[in-house]
Amino acid sequence: MQFGLSESQQMLKDNARKFFAGECPMNEVRRLMETDTTYDAALWAKMTEQGYTGIIFPEEYGGVGLGKVELILLMEEAGRALLPGPFFSTVALAGAVIDSVAVPEQKKKYLAPICSGEARSTVAFLEASASWDPTDARIAVANGRLTGEKVFVPDAAVANFMIVVARGGVFAVDARAPGISIKPMAGMDLTRKLYSVRFNNTTAERLGNAAGLARGLDVVTAALVAEMVGGMQRTLDMTVEYAKMRKQFGKPIGSFQAVQHQCADMYLETESARSAAYYAAWALEENAPDAAVAVSTAKMYASDACRAVGNRGIQIHGGMGFTWESDLHLYYRRAKASETMFGDATFHRERIARLVIDLGTVSAKSA
Amino acid sequence: MDLNLTAEERQFCDDLRAWLEVNVPKDWGEWREKPIEVSFPYLRAWQRKLHEGGWAAVSWPKQYGGRGASLMQEAVFWEEMARAEAPPMANALGLGLIGPTIIAYGTEEQKKRFVAKILSAEEIWCQGFSEPNAGSDLASLQTEARLDGDEYVVNGQKVWTSYGWVGDWCELVVRTDANAPKHKGLTVLLVDMKSPGFEVRPLRQMTGESEFNELFFRDVRVPVKNVLGSVNDGWNVAVSTLMYERGSFGARLHLLFKRNINRLIELSRTFQRNGHPAAQDPVMRQKLAQCYAEIEIMRLNQLRAFSRITGTGVPGPEGSIQKIFWSELNQRVQQVAQELLGPYGQLLSGDSHAIDKGIWSYGYLRSRGNTIEAGTSEVQRNIIGHFVLGLPRSY
Repeated sequence: MQFGLSESQQMLKDNARKFFAGECPMNEVRRLMETDTTYDAALWAKMTEQGYTGIIFPEEYGGVGLGKVELILLMEEAGRALLPGPFFSTVALAGAVIDSVAVPEQKKKYLAPICSGEARSTVAFLEASASWDPTDARIAVANGRLTGEKVFVPDAAVANFMIVVARGGVFAVDARAPGISIKPMAGMDLTRKLYSVRFNNTTAERLGNAAGLARGLDVVTAALVAEMVGGMQRTLDMTVEYAKMRKQFGKPIGSFQAVQHQCADMYLETESARSAAYYAAWALEENAPDAAVAVSTAKMYASDACRAVGNRGIQIHGGMGFTWESDLHLYYRRAKASETMFGDATFHRERIARLVIDLGTVSAKSA
Repeated sequence: MDLNLTAEERQFCDDLRAWLEVNVPKDWGEWREKPIEVSFPYLRAWQRKLHEGGWAAVSWPKQYGGRGASLMQEAVFWEEMARAEAPPMANALGLGLIGPTIIAYGTEEQKKRFVAKILSAEEIWCQGFSEPNAGSDLASLQTEARLDGDEYVVNGQKVWTSYGWVGDWCELVVRTDANAPKHKGLTVLLVDMKSPGFEVRPLRQMTGESEFNELFFRDVRVPVKNVLGSVNDGWNVAVSTLMYERGSFGARLHLLFKRNINRLIELSRTFQRNGHPAAQDPVMRQKLAQCYAEIEIMRLNQLRAFSRITGTGVPGPEGSIQKIFWSELNQRVQQVAQELLGPYGQLLSGDSHAIDKGIWSYGYLRSRGNTIEAGTSEVQRNIIGHFVLGLPRSY
């Protein structure tokens, strides 16, 4: 039993950190967040070159064929860098859903262009009801045509094709197909743009079997938690650095317990969220019987913890933390958006209650 | 990252499981509820049996009677002990904290003298650390040891000593140099509790029981050969003991917490809230799920810490997050138990209406001690702030 990273996992994580620090530093994040879509073709090409766009997809589709743990490590570093653009939407979201529901020809059709860097994608999930339960989808396909509206769709404007969770199935839609209209929604997170997408009699292709959707969404959720952990870690690092440097009453403010203990709590919350995220990834990779509980445990904890860490970080930065100039609010905005995405803490506590109290799913023991 | 058991761990687990199946006493259920003063000889006998089977201190090096087990195997050990509903061992502090410290710092003679009898429960150990005026600021302790020939003469008082009432030996931290800075004038002595001038008194705690004792020393003479580690280096020796306390103790607690939450979930299926079972109450469901998930995270934090320690060999200051996590979590779980049980939550052991023989009222009161004992939450946060995050000392 070994809950540390292997040498190759650590190397992947270190390389990703270096890559994002070099290719997408904060001034670049700020430049991209002022653009309409935050998408940058040159950055995308470099990420493709690194194999990031194909990280978890089978080699037969041009992917790298790594596991869920590797995906989580990459997402953690992307979150740490506050990576803008459709990487999460394309790889961790659309890619993971396609991988879990599509038949092989469809995987070839949709995953291969993602792996090769030619295509961006996303998943249109929420409707006006804002329910994260896919069985609440009302939008429907009749005679191969899709009609209705989806909201809170990330990165829709740069998607070449979209995956739509509809009543009775999961569908792929060409983003340039007739009848589609995409409008921006003004979300708090400036680095991940949201859209409403209206379909009017739009051609849609049914993807394999929707039975795999729950598992696919668990992979998405675990990846999102890892991204949140990366953001928490960066917030913690910035805050500790500031608490060492900023002086009041002739001393670094980090020497005051009222400040220091909040930093200790940020550390505890970040590490605990990381433990839960890593385990969820491993449980998914191994098809462990408690994988769904593990994913909900991670998202539940991280949803509350990322907000708490952000709150503490801003408070400790004092007036500086309230400025536009500080990067903290950019992470804080992402944290808020991620908190509700694929279910907030309340949603996942109820899911755990269903699995554990109602169905008696027992958490797997180590032996 | 691989959380499956390795072949070696699997073998360890199978051997232990087979041994426990044959050897765990069948009548433990009859003893469990008795006061510890009554059941102590029973627990001693059980530890002796484990020792004879080679299972008393699996993580100790083979040459000192252990199995050289990895921390992961130790985690497996406690999980299997819980699964088999095995009784606890009598010499908990000797096995968990003091034995490892003697193995790390002791002379060959000390190891030969003490280690085997810790394992067999022939000699029970306790810790003399806290004093009435030295709690969180442990290094300010005042119990003094004055050198007189080849003996130290000890005078002073200790408090919050677990197992004091049944102890044979005590790991005692004393001041040997009153003029040195407070961390540099301390020494650890291994003290025979039957020495003249050594007095043990019970300390009644808010739950009504006396788990802890006060120790009084009046000219207690301790041979110089019983110094553990170097003279005036006692702070490092004591901190090493405290880190064992903060680090691996959580592994055992997890199983207790798991049993508690499973029991609460079971109770929620029948216990009524607002006219229906609590398990159907949306708010109670949220709270139970939160506890369940956090108990799981406690296990995962522990496993990650074990994996880190496996690299370095000793628990580090990161152990402080386990201490904060388990102690504050237990308080939250006990609070949820109270909310679930409503007015029944307050009933004490012995009341005919009490749920589960009053364990929940006891657990609620006892959990207040969790964030104080073994280093307060405030001290743990100081440790994280300074030693883990590198912030300046706050005191």
